[in-house]
Amino acid sequence: MVKMTTENNKAKTKISVTNLDFYYSAVQALFDISIDVPAKQVTALIGPSGCGKSTFLRTLNRMNDTIPGTKYDGKIRIDDKDIYAPSTDVVALRKKVGMVFQKSNPFPKSIFDNIAYGPRIHGTKKQSELSEIVEKSLDRSGLWNEVKDRLHKSALKLSGGQQQRLCIARALAVDPEILLMDEPASALDPQATVKIEELIEELRADYTIIIVTHNMQQAARVSGFTAFFYEGKLVEFGETEKLFTKPQKKHTEDYVTGRFG
Amino acid sequence: MKNKSSEKYVYAAMRFTTYLVILVIAYIIIDIVWNGIGTLSVEFLTAAPKKSGAEGGIFPAIIGTLYLVTGTICIALPLGMSSAVYLSEYASPGRLTNIIRLAIITLAGVPSIVFGLFGLGLFVIFLNFGTSILAGSMTLACLILPTIIVSSEEALRTVPQSLREGSLALGATKWQTIYKNVLPYSIPGMITGSILGIGRAAGETAPILLTAAAFFLPKLPNSVFDQVMVLPYHLYVLATQHPDVTKVRPMQYGTALVLLLMVLGINLVAILIRGHFRKRYRW
Ligand SMILES: Nc1ncnc2c1ncn2[C@@H]1O[C@H](COP(=O)(O)OP(=O)(O)OP(=O)(O)O)[C@@H](O)[C@H]1O
Ligand SMILES: [Mg+2]
Repeated sequence: MVKMTTENNKAKTKISVTNLDFYYSAVQALFDISIDVPAKQVTALIGPSGCGKSTFLRTLNRMNDTIPGTKYDGKIRIDDKDIYAPSTDVVALRKKVGMVFQKSNPFPKSIFDNIAYGPRIHGTKKQSELSEIVEKSLDRSGLWNEVKDRLHKSALKLSGGQQQRLCIARALAVDPEILLMDEPASALDPQATVKIEELIEELRADYTIIIVTHNMQQAARVSGFTAFFYEGKLVEFGETEKLFTKPQKKHTEDYVTGRFG
Repeated sequence: MKNKSSEKYVYAAMRFTTYLVILVIAYIIIDIVWNGIGTLSVEFLTAAPKKSGAEGGIFPAIIGTLYLVTGTICIALPLGMSSAVYLSEYASPGRLTNIIRLAIITLAGVPSIVFGLFGLGLFVIFLNFGTSILAGSMTLACLILPTIIVSSEEALRTVPQSLREGSLALGATKWQTIYKNVLPYSIPGMITGSILGIGRAAGETAPILLTAAAFFLPKLPNSVFDQVMVLPYHLYVLATQHPDVTKVRPMQYGTALVLLLMVLGINLVAILIRGHFRKRYRW
């Protein structure tokens, strides 16, 4: 398969995937995926349910390693380093490639301890440093003003949208370069969704973001590039505007215009 | 309409059986308290038995039981909890893991006298611990290991997978994830389930009969290699082996009451621990 790259090669490639196949036991979920994800851009993954978006996302931080019986074939390079090479430090990889899950998963700890969880694991011990990281991360995710008076209260008392932004802040606290977001706003009301989208807009300058979404408008609003997946294959990848207005493939056109899926 | 009335009957039947069970338990408790309360006294609780238990107290048996329970906890809790962590967090699901689980469940159904024989063979004779607190604690630990493992695994399963993934995704190792983001939430459940099992072990006679219990030993043990008197066995001796069984009836009831109170006390601790942690962690 010809590698799908963005036409204007101005953007530097952060993640380079070549001929990726992925299997859950005997079932193949991804077929020959090749894609170059540009650095410091938002890339949206769209496609009908079950087409492998989450699976693909989870190969990028090797989250699928935790599922017994999974196999892969092909190459994934981040910053030109093969992340499946035997010498890869998975811990370092996951620190560099943060992930925000579809269902927000705050830990049943205080807001402070949620954000400090990652830094503590990676060896930050000093309380003053931790406080600084917590404030900075919450500030980045736009949550600081809402929670600064109750940092030591349980994170589970926050609203759904706040919990999701907390999870984003928690991911930011370990200072990643890439953020993988799997439908981060799918469980949220429109107002909370707007907040998340604004946040992604904010973060774009500093992070390489890949976001899975079912919502075409959302993809169009937040992303510079879009990849359309169908039945485990990457059908089309390109600048979001082009993909939505002048799709190259009939399949893509049908999907983005809402004729199926 | 018909459905509704049959539902009513089922409901009534279930309520009836529940009351029946409560009634039986209440009868047992009332019987023991009624007949035993008169025997309770400072002397009974703090003195050594005299005249093969017909007079004096049961102090050595209380202490012996406490030692055995403590020893059992110290051995069984760490072993059982780490096995559970291994089985549910590390072992890859498959044939072998299933066989191990099946073995553990089967072990839970093995009669306690068999554990007694096993303890006698392994700890008392082969490892040469003699009839002792150590051998008895180890035997009781074996007896309740299945309970501890099963209830600990249960507690680990209540921690949502998403918390593990969230931690791993931040770059935590598997052990860091378990230690910082799984165990803190599941330990209360693990401990509660385990203590309930230990409460049961405290009342067992058969396993310690062969491994730890002394028939009549009115002095306190000096080391873990000493024999001890224990409440359930003392009760058994008073009720069946004493030359004048009817005369020592009050002593039997008193011993039974103390044993009952001890087991209730252990269970109460379990409930308090659970209540304490429930308030701290919720999801
Ligand atoms: N843990 C798993 N074990 C086996 N098969 C799986 C597993 N997770 C996903 N699959 C299968 O892999 C395929 C792709 O699933 P995936 O979750 O990646 O789809 P998706 O595009 O994210 O869908 P959705 O939009 O509904 O989230 C599906 O057919 C799914 O059934
Ligand atoms: Mg998905």
